[in-house]
Order: sequence, then C-alpha cells, then structure tokens
Amino acid sequence: MSTEGEYYVPESSKLPLFAAIGLGIIAVGAGSWVQGQSSLTFWVGSFVIAATLYKWFSIVINENMAGMNSDQLKRSYVWGMSWFIFSEVMFFAVFFGSLWYIRALVLPWLGGETTATTSNDLLWSGFEPTWPLMVTPDQAANGESAQFTGPEQNMSFPGWDRILQWLPLWNTVILLSSSVTVHIAHTGLKNNDRKKFNLWLGITVLLGMIFLVLQAEEYIEAYVHMGLTLESGIYGTIFFMMTGFHGAHVTFGTIMLLVQFLRGLKGHFNDKDQFGFEAASWYWHFVDVVWVGLFLFVYILA
Amino acid sequence: MAHGPAKGIGRWFFTTNHKDIGTLYLWFSFAMFLMGGFFAMVIRAELFQPGMQIIKPEFFNQMTTMHGLVMVFGAIMPAFVGLANWMIPMQIGAPDMALPRMNNLSFWILPMAFTILTATLFMEGGAPNFGWTFYAPLSTTYAPPTVNYFIFGVHLMGASSIMGSINIIATVLNMRAPGMTLMKMPMFVWTWLITAFLLIAVMPVLAGAVTMMLMDINFGTSFFNAAGGGDPVLFQHVFWFFGHPEVYIIILPAFGVISHIIPAFSRKPLFGYSSMVYATASIAFLSFIVWAHHMFLVGMPIGGELYFMYATMLIAVPTAAKVFNWISTMFRGSLTFETPMLYAVAFVILFTIGGFTGIMLAVAPADIQYHDTYFVVAHFHYVMVAGAIFSSTAAVYYWLPKWTGKMYNETMGKVQFWIGFIGFNVTFFPQHFIGLAGMPRRYSDYALQFSDWNMISSTGAFIYGTAQLLFLYNVITTIRSGKPVSEPKTWDGAEGLEWTLPTPAPYHTFTTPPAVK
Repeated sequence: MSTEGEYYVPESSKLPLFAAIGLGIIAVGAGSWVQGQSSLTFWVGSFVIAATLYKWFSIVINENMAGMNSDQLKRSYVWGMSWFIFSEVMFFAVFFGSLWYIRALVLPWLGGETTATTSNDLLWSGFEPTWPLMVTPDQAANGESAQFTGPEQNMSFPGWDRILQWLPLWNTVILLSSSVTVHIAHTGLKNNDRKKFNLWLGITVLLGMIFLVLQAEEYIEAYVHMGLTLESGIYGTIFFMMTGFHGAHVTFGTIMLLVQFLRGLKGHFNDKDQFGFEAASWYWHFVDVVWVGLFLFVYILA
Repeated sequence: MAHGPAKGIGRWFFTTNHKDIGTLYLWFSFAMFLMGGFFAMVIRAELFQPGMQIIKPEFFNQMTTMHGLVMVFGAIMPAFVGLANWMIPMQIGAPDMALPRMNNLSFWILPMAFTILTATLFMEGGAPNFGWTFYAPLSTTYAPPTVNYFIFGVHLMGASSIMGSINIIATVLNMRAPGMTLMKMPMFVWTWLITAFLLIAVMPVLAGAVTMMLMDINFGTSFFNAAGGGDPVLFQHVFWFFGHPEVYIIILPAFGVISHIIPAFSRKPLFGYSSMVYATASIAFLSFIVWAHHMFLVGMPIGGELYFMYATMLIAVPTAAKVFNWISTMFRGSLTFETPMLYAVAFVILFTIGGFTGIMLAVAPADIQYHDTYFVVAHFHYVMVAGAIFSSTAAVYYWLPKWTGKMYNETMGKVQFWIGFIGFNVTFFPQHFIGLAGMPRRYSDYALQFSDWNMISSTGAFIYGTAQLLFLYNVITTIRSGKPVSEPKTWDGAEGLEWTLPTPAPYHTFTTPPAVK
C-alpha cells in the first residue's frame, strides 16, 4: 500500500515507441534472416533497440540520482525485476519439462514399452531407448538412409579418471564461485567499501567471461571432435538448446554486471541505494541456479 | 507532473498516461475485433451452403487460423488490458500505473506484432494455415514459409503481455490507497492481479513452444519429430500448458467486470466477496493442472485420461460458486435492466451454458464423440463471445459515462444488445446440434445433412456482425454528441473509488491518495 504524499508520473516519452519499432524491425529481420535472406534488417532493429535502451536506462538512472524516485517507485522497480525473473524461470521450465517428458515417456514409448509395441514394430523396429540418446529411432529402423542421426559422443560424465578434463565441472566451479564473489561485492557496497565492491564485482564479470569462453570451447569440441551438433537427434537438440539459452542468459547477465561495474567506477550507488546492481546480481544468481539444474539434468543424470 | 494531455497527435504516440494507453488498447482491440470478425464472416459465408462457393480450401484454413489468432491475442486480451489500464488506478486510488513508460511500450508492440501477422496474408505461401493452436507437424514440417513471421509475431505479443502484466502486478501490490487491504480490493482488480500472474507464468511457455518450432523448421532439431527421438505430442503438451491458463486469462477479468455490474444494478453489495476471491484463485491454480483434457484423443495412458478428466471437472466447483454468488446478488435486489445489466445477465446465462458444455467435453469417453467437432466450436464461442466479448462490451457501456462525461443512448444500447444476443444464439446454438451429429470443425465443406443448421448459423453470424457495427456507432455518437453528465455516480447503485472521482474522470486520477475506510 502506498503512503501519504505526492506521486511522481513521468512526462510523456518517445522512447517506448522507438523501442516498439526496434522490436518490430527485429521480428521482421529475424523472420527473413532464418529464411536465408540478408540479416541487415535484424541488425538495424538490434541497433535501434540497443540505442533506445541505452538512452532509456540513462534517463532512469539520472532520475534516480536526481532524487526523483520515491520509495514507492523504487518498490515498483523491485517488483518489476522480480516478476521478470519469474517469467525467465518459466521459460527454462518449459525446456526442463520437455527434457523430463522425453526421457521419462517419449523414448520408452518409441522403444515399444507399455502399450506402444505396435508402433515400435511398425515404425521404429530395433530402437532401444537410452539416455543420452546415441542412436535415433530413424537410425535404428532405417540404418544408413536415416535423416536424423545421433551423436558420435556425448557430454555426460566421462568417469572419474577423466573428471579433471571435463569442462562442465570447471564451468560449475566458475559459476558457483561467481555467485559468491557477487555477494561479496554486495556486502562491500553495503559497508561503503568501494574498493572491495569494485574488486569483487570485477572478478565476477571476469568469471562470467571465462565461463563463456569455456562454453565456446566446449561447443567447438562438440562440433569438431565429438560429432555432436544441434542436428544430432533429440540429445543434440536438448543439449544445445538448453545450454545455449543458458549461455545467452549468462551473456546478458555479464553485460548487466559489466554495466554496474562501470557505473560503480563512475561513483554511482551508495550504501543505501544500489538497485541497479542488486537487480543485476539477482539475475546472476538466477542464471547460476539454472546452471545447477543443467549440470544435474543435462550433464550428470544419464 | 503535467496537468493535462499533450497537444496534437504526439499525445497518443508518446503518452505515459494510463487513460490514454487504455484508450489506445481499447480502440486497437476493437479494430482487431472487426478484422477477426471479417474473417469469421468469410468463414460463415463459405459455410452458408455445402460445396465450395467463394474461397478455396487453402484460404479457408488461413481464415480459421487468422480468425482465432486475431480474436484471442488481438481483440479479447487487449480489450481487458485496456480496461485494466483505465480502471485499476481509478479503483485502487492511484495516480497512474506503476511503470508508465513501460506501459506505453507494451501497447505499441501490439500494432507491430499484428502488422507482421496480417502482412503474411499477402506473402508468398499465404498466411499461417495450421489453426490457432498451430499443432506440429502441421506448423513445422508442413507449414508455409510465413510461419517464421508468425513465430516472431508471437514472441512480440508475449513480450507485450509480460510487460503489461508486470506493470499491473506492481501497480496493484504497490499503489493501493492507504487502508485498501487486499481483501478490500474491488473484484476487477483482484481478477486482474491473478490474471497477470497467469500471464507471466504461461507466456514464456508459449515463447518456448514457438522457439522449439523455429528450431525444428530452420535448424534441424527434433523436438517434435519422432525420427530423431522427439514427439509431436510434446508440442501439444507445451502448447496446452500455455493454452489452458490462457482461457482463464481471457475469462477472469470478465468475471471481474460482471462482479461490478451486477451489484450496481441490483443495488446490493456483491454476495460472497471473499468466496469470489478464493474461487478466482482456485480457478487459476486448477488451470495449471488440467491441460491435457484438450488431448484426450492423442493416445494418452488411461491413468492420464482419468486424472485430467476429474481434475477438469473440479474447475466446475469454484466456477459454480461464482455463478451462484452473482445470482444471490440479484436475489431480492432492486433490479433495473440498463444495457450493461442486460449484458451481465446474458453473460451469466450464456456463460453457464458454455460451462456445462465444458463439463460434457471434460468427460473423456464422451469426448471421443465431441472431439474436434462443431460442439467444441459452440462450447468455446459460448465462453469466448458470450463470456469475454459480452462482458467487455458491458464494461464499455458501464464505464463510458465516467470516461467521457457523456451518456450513451439507452434505447440504442438495448437495441444493440438484443440484436447481438439473438444473432449470437442463432449462430452458435445450432452448432451444438451439428457438432453432436458429427460435423468436424475447420473444414471448408460438409455433408448435406448439415446444410440447414449451417445456413441458420451463418445467418445468425451476419446478424451478430451487424450488431457490432451498431456498437461502434453507439460509442462514437456517445463520444461526439452524447448527453453530458457530470454527477460522480452515473449509476445510483455503483460502488467503488472510481465513482468518487469527478465525471468525466480527470486526466491524472488521484494526485494524492484517498483514504479507504
């Protein structure tokens, strides 16, 4: 509930319209790009949206630094960020749910379990459900002429002897520690220890970047040496879509934290008012939690 | 804070005002309603007689698809978001929405999305033709190339809905006048709070579904392809996990509107306010665990069919609580039947019919006969049209005097209601019969024994379409030359903070929060 007092309603603004136009151009550009046409439209739209958001955020930051934001408006921003993260949770939930549905129900049914024996005999005879799925139903039934083929190798736990060369483990260590470092930065800021804040936030950004480099390395490894691509049946699909979307979110999170780092260097934030940083760090913790889910369900539980 | 609207056309493009944005939403919604309605008229004209008369079957498929998409995402949802923008700040005693600039962004994304979607009609391969539920593999392997624009269009609509919902939740949780505890909130605000939660929970699921489609179509993944180890049925699960809460997203704000109109014209407070709140929350919860009742014929284990059948029937309990509460509100009230009340009473009767056919459809063994027939079409038009459209029309008649300071012509309103009411029932009631007799939906032609009822149904559709033009005429003449009204309360039985404001409502609603006892 609001308290007594005057409200603040911002003046009319051209930015929302520009942002909407930018999104519209992106949608048209992406739609034509995936059909093999030029990607120029997409990049134009991305530029419009990036420029608009830059301007938009600087206005919001300036308003806050000019003391125009009431406690009530600050609470609205907190609600906004929390519910945005909830929507992201639901987005990842779809993919986790699909992974579960495919592993627990679809593959056994394709393999003829319960009452699905006939469809297995007629369509995919010889198919054995396994996870990670190395031989697709198409391959099992059609051999050489199969359109959908499984990967040569997968990314699951390689055994204790090769555990130290297993990139996902290192990525887990990196991301989990980055959640700790961003928390240390937060305590630094709350105690007005700017040096501590800058140092540990910088380390967090660096860890995010290392994570992304390692993931790129993992993808190159998969494509070049392991015969594991986006087209490697449902395992390749799930693997790249889930880790890929997570990687995209790590990228956004790193950019968000980098912006907060630069703002910190410019002297923004104080021990009482630090919402921009807090929002980015919540996002970062969320990305971290998703990774734990991925590590467990995509990499380990086979 | 500026004291009045900006001058010129820029007011509408750059506004941060909840009333301006609400107006934009409402007009956009009505434009989409007319466009989707035009598609429906094409469909009904083709089905007027058996055999192919006017259009080709491929175009018929595009019409059914576009009619569904435009009506659900372009007409009904924005209509209620428009009402939310207008009414929530007025009903909770706030000056505006919590995040006014994002509010304008979430509106302006919609014209972009629907321009893209409509443009596909004129592209090579034609518009999406796989039904508004876009089941894989119809929407992946066998889709026209324009499906990619459809996918990104859906992403835009989702972004708009999520931003709009975040704004509504922040407004309701954060901007209420001092003293307005949660259990003193008006029902419309309550229903929208829960609807916004549903939207944030399921629009990302829809985004996930179309993303999987995009990858299957263009990048060789096998989400919906059994050859690679995926499953087309996975699409249906993901879609309906979005789709079932979506139908409550559409109907819950309608419940809210009706819960204001019936007490106002019964001159009694709403019967069972707290049970209304709990019923709304229960419906929202149940909506997440019943989705597969849309898929009884897809080949589900028998245990799944039983579970989804019984879970679905549970929804009848909170919904019936609502219907009984509305009836009890009217019981021994001092009733008058102005246009909004006519619509509200029609809503209660017709929505109840739609609810009962819903229970019939929930019965898994019986659904084998009803599935994908015109019985389903009749069922969801009784809840979508007589539910959502009737109640948003009622809301416009009810609050239009407060918004504009002008009174609509009561006779014209009643004439419009009765033409629409008769047209609606003539259109959709016979569809129950032809559906039970076995006429499948989404076909451009039918067997001869369905001819008579189809002709009657098409005639009703043209009557109903005409009634909407009359509604447009009523609204425009009210705004231009309606009888001015200035007393704060337009309706003597109406209660709530919005009726304490001057008429017409000032540009900025409450500059200081009112106290609520």
